[in-house]
Parts: sequence; C-alpha cells; structure tokens
Amino acid sequence: MTDTIMEHAAPDLHKGESLVEMEGVGKAYGAIRALEGVNLRVGAGEVTCVLGDNGAGKSTLIKIISGLHAHSEGTLKVDGKERHFGSPRESLEAGIATVYQDLAVVGLMEVWRNFFLGSEIRKGRYPMAPLDIKAMREIADQELQKMGIYVKDINQPIGTLSGGQRQCVAIARAVYFGARVLILDEPTAALGVKQSGVVLKYTAAARDAGLGVVFITHNPHHAYLVGDHFIILKLGRRVLDKKRSEVTLEELTAEMAGGQELAELSHELKR
Amino acid sequence: MSSSVATQPSAPPASAPPARQPRSLVTRVLARPEVGALAAAIVIFLFFYAVAPTFRSLPAASTYLYASSTIGIVAVGVALLMIGGEFDLSSGVAVTTAALTAAMLSFQFSLNVWAGVFISLAVALAVGFINGYLVVRTGIPSFLVTLSTFFILQGLNLGVTKLVTGAVATPNINQLDGFASAKAVFASDIDLGIITLKVTVLWWILFVAVGTWVLLRTRVGNWIFASGGNEASARAVGVPVRKVKIGLFMGVAFLAWFLGMHLLMNFSTVQAGIGVGNEFVYIIAAVVGGALLTGGYGSAVGSALGALIFGMTTQGIVFAGWDPNWFKTFLGVMLLAAVMVNLYIKNYAARRK
Ligand SMILES: Nc1ncnc2c1ncn2[C@@H]1O[C@H](COP(=O)(O)OP(=O)(O)OP(=O)(O)O)[C@@H](O)[C@H]1O
Ligand SMILES: [Mg+2]
Repeated sequence: MTDTIMEHAAPDLHKGESLVEMEGVGKAYGAIRALEGVNLRVGAGEVTCVLGDNGAGKSTLIKIISGLHAHSEGTLKVDGKERHFGSPRESLEAGIATVYQDLAVVGLMEVWRNFFLGSEIRKGRYPMAPLDIKAMREIADQELQKMGIYVKDINQPIGTLSGGQRQCVAIARAVYFGARVLILDEPTAALGVKQSGVVLKYTAAARDAGLGVVFITHNPHHAYLVGDHFIILKLGRRVLDKKRSEVTLEELTAEMAGGQELAELSHELKR
Repeated sequence: MSSSVATQPSAPPASAPPARQPRSLVTRVLARPEVGALAAAIVIFLFFYAVAPTFRSLPAASTYLYASSTIGIVAVGVALLMIGGEFDLSSGVAVTTAALTAAMLSFQFSLNVWAGVFISLAVALAVGFINGYLVVRTGIPSFLVTLSTFFILQGLNLGVTKLVTGAVATPNINQLDGFASAKAVFASDIDLGIITLKVTVLWWILFVAVGTWVLLRTRVGNWIFASGGNEASARAVGVPVRKVKIGLFMGVAFLAWFLGMHLLMNFSTVQAGIGVGNEFVYIIAAVVGGALLTGGYGSAVGSALGALIFGMTTQGIVFAGWDPNWFKTFLGVMLLAAVMVNLYIKNYAARRK
C-alpha cells in the first residue's frame, strides 16, 4: 500500500525541515473575521493536526495554504520564501496538494480520468494534443492495485467507489504527482471505523515518506493516532498549540469538548 | 480501532488481488449519454417512414437534414456548455445579431462581405466572452446573466436595425463583393450524386466530430466534464475552471455566429426579429441528447441526435399533412421523456456495483 508513496515522494525532503510556515495569519470575509493571528508550521515527515469546532476557521486556514483564498494579514512562507497564492494552481505548483472530504473527486467521471484530472498525460505539447488514454488507464490501474483499492473496472464512474476508497484515490493522486505538502480536510468525517483506519494508515504512510501533512479533523482520537503537533482553533484564534510530547489525548479531548466551558456546564447541570 | 490502526500492517491481502471485471457491454452502452436519444431517433424515423410516404424520399431526407443542421450547429456548443455546468439563453438572438452585424456593416460601408463576416465574428466572440466573464467573475447564475444578454441583444437587434436602415430587415447584400464566395462557404448546395445536401449539414457533422474529439480525447474535454461535474474539486486539482467556462461561452458564440452567416448568405437579407425562442430549441436538443441540466454529463453526438429528432419531427409533421401546431405538444412530451430517461440512466451509471 505504501509503495506508491515511497516511489513518488519527492526525494529532496528531509525530516523536520520547514515546508510551510504561517505567522500571524488572519482572514476576514467582509465584516466576519474568520481567522486571526494564527501561527502554523508544517515540517517534512510530520503531521500537524488542526482541530476545532464547526466554524472555528479550520477550512479557512487551509484554503489560504491551498490557494483558494488569499490571506489578508500575516505572512505565509513556503520553502522559506514568502508567498501569496492567487489560485489553487499556484499552490499545486509549489507542491501543496489538498484533499477535501466532499470535493475530492468528480463522481460521474471515470476512475482513471479522476486520477489524472488536472495533470493529464498527452501525446504532444500543443494545445489540442490528444490524451494518452491507454497509458493513463494502465498507470491508474497499477497505482490503485498497489494501494489495495480493488475496483472492478477502471472505466467505471468514481462515484461507484466507497467514500474511503475515493478518499484514498485522491490522496494517492496527490502523492503520485509529487506533492510535498498534503492537506487533508476532515478526511475521516463521513467514514466508518474501518474506512477511517485505511485513510489514517495512508496518512501515516505519507508522513513516513517524508511529506508534510496537515490533518484537519473534529476527532481528537483520530488526530492523536497520527499527529506530531496539535493546534486547536476556536472562533478563528489558537487556543492550544502543542507538540505531541507536551499533550495527552485526554487534554486534547477535554479542550475540544470545551475545556473550561465544559467544566462550568457540568457544574451548572449538576443534579 | 486505535490498536488496529497503530499495529496492523496495510489491509489489502498481498497474495491474490481479485481480478478486474470489465463491466458488461450492456452496462457500458447504457451508460452512454446518447442511447436514449438514439432509440428515440430510430422510433421517430420509423414512425414517419410508416405514416408519411413523402418522408421516404431522398429530397425529404435532404430537407429534414437541413432543418436539423440549423439547430444542431448551435446545439453542439450548447451541449458542451451544459456539460461544463452553464446555460446560454442568448444563443438564439446572438445568431441574429451576428447576421445583422455582418449585413449592415458590409452594406453601409460598401465593404467586401468577408470584412463584415470577420467583424461580426469578433463582435460575437466578444459577446460570448462577456457572458462567460460575468458568470465566472460575479458568480451570478448563467441563467440570469444570459437572460439579460438575451434582452439586450434582442433590443439592439431591432433598435439598431431600425436606426440604420429605417426598416426591420437589412438591405439585400447579394450585389456586394465577396458575396458569392461567402455563399459558397456558408450556404451552398452540395451535389453528392444521389442526394443534394445543404453545406450546413456537412459543417454540422464536422462540428459534432470536433466537439466529440475535444470532449473525449483532449485535456480540455476532461476539464469541461470536471468543471460541470464538480467545480470546486476541479479547481482544487488545478483545472482552470474560469477559462474553461469562458471558452465554452465563446464556443457557443462562435457557432451562433456561424449559423448567422448561413442565414445571411442563404437569404441575403435578415429580419431583425428572428431567433427569439431558438435558445430553448438548442437547449432541448442538448437535453434530449443526454446532457444533464446540472452539468458534468452529456455528449456532442447526443446533441446531434436531439437536433435530428427535432428536424425529422418538424418536417415529418408537414410531410404527413398534419396541423403543425401539434409540434409543440410533441416537443413538451419529448422533453419530459428525455429528462426522465436521462435521470434513470445517470442513476444507473452511478450506481454502486
Ligand atoms: N466564503 C465565506 N464568506 C463569508 N464567511 C465565511 C466564508 N467561509 C467561511 N466563512 C465564515 O468563517 C468562519 C470560519 O469558517 P470555516 O469554514 O473556516 O470553519 P471550519 O472550522 O472549517 O468549520 P467546519 O468544522 O464546520 O468545517 C465561519 O464563521 C464561517 O461562517
Ligand atoms: Mg471546514
């Protein structure tokens, strides 16, 4: 399952080196301040988990890194250089790939077309050059086999795969095309226990291959299984920022559940 | 769960991966967007063949193929646009705008007809670009943007024509330089020995072939399906969705211009009020041909079959000697049936197997 990742991971990644650094990053949607003063570092071979309640600003944070929205304050550095992404393409070219829970694939398109979407193999470089359909089918087929995703037919619409399989295809695609930083937005949110396990294993494999991973989730248990660093957001601000060695699963869970607020609530509701 | 994730190696059995089972031929054929339209076209052909003796002759075939081509040329572009997830309600009047622009410019300035033809092309592409740009920039649904364009163009067609010519039709341009060659390109009759076809039929076949090639065999085609099927994920993997959509609007504009040039060269004059309502005809041809209103699914060949069904029915009703008013009723039934068949096919194609 990890063959693909090991084979295709960028060779110039060294564990621990900073791939993405954000400092004091903020973002306002008109009058709504979705994010304020957030610092975040993604190191090669590390998983940085971002946790938070609904509306905490998690998606906003990663949309800044992946180029869907530009930040309005602070600095974003990729490989040490300051960047301000104007489109997802720019971010992709910098080696940052994002996988969204619902947005990962185009359901009605064939599995192989999805695998190569945006990075199609062509038989020439001119604008209307034909696709090399045979090669793409073969590669997609092989890569999926290596990952242990058994589809009956590589030509079937990807919507016919299970949620976990689609998620894995999307991750595998990102790695296959040489991503250095992998952003996963709630990859396990809609999955059952077993399928979540597959996605988490895949996440760990990407980390072991030296990629920097940003893992967004509501679930502190999932985060703690793979994370090296944890950030909890609340109403757009950081309320916790700790290394794995400095925090326990219980603390994470308590903080996610509301920490002090929960203690007060339990006091109020005492019977 | 935690232990299984932390300790067990990867899940897939290393030994015997289940063999691939390509889907059966039936499944694959039924998953094509155009099957419904193909079946309907055959049924309608056989129906008129049975009830209207004149329908069986080759000149009749020439007539309905011509009628189909004048719908099908624009419908190809409309189908691609719909696959890309957008609508164009201005395509019907854009045909007239193109024809009027070329006619009046050539006539008023005594230009070579070809000069009018190319200036008109530039104007048409600009209108298409503006449609697309407004849609992708503002995020206003294309239904509303192009409805506005529809009214603007409809008003301009009548207003400007009246202002320039003092009438509701353009002067005859058949005495101008270049008319003969322009007519040869856009509106000649081609004698194929057994049958004489309008050249638009050949252009139509060419545009459908190009549309099919682009959709299924090029990167742009992949991007069109993805832009309509799931815009956000297409964007996330680097598909230039905005450029694709603007390009699609310009494609429709180009084909509308082409049909406008045909009408102009065929009749050498244009009525300023025509074209209204045809935008729906193109959309219906695309939908009958299997394009989903929600985008992401459809085909160029399907739009051609949709146009053919249209052409055969309008002409077939005439050949059968019936009241043409029935056509509208037929149209409504056809559209409803097509939408239901498409829904069924889409669900069938996307079902987990
Ligand atoms: N495009 C937008 N325009 C205006 N406000 C927005 C936009 N996107 C997000 N917001 C607001 O920004 C805040 C943070 O939203 P965000 O999507 O980042 O939350 P999240 O942490 O990802 O939540 P969830 O767990 O529900 O996905 C919310 O208050 C939301 O309403
Ligand atoms: Mg979110």
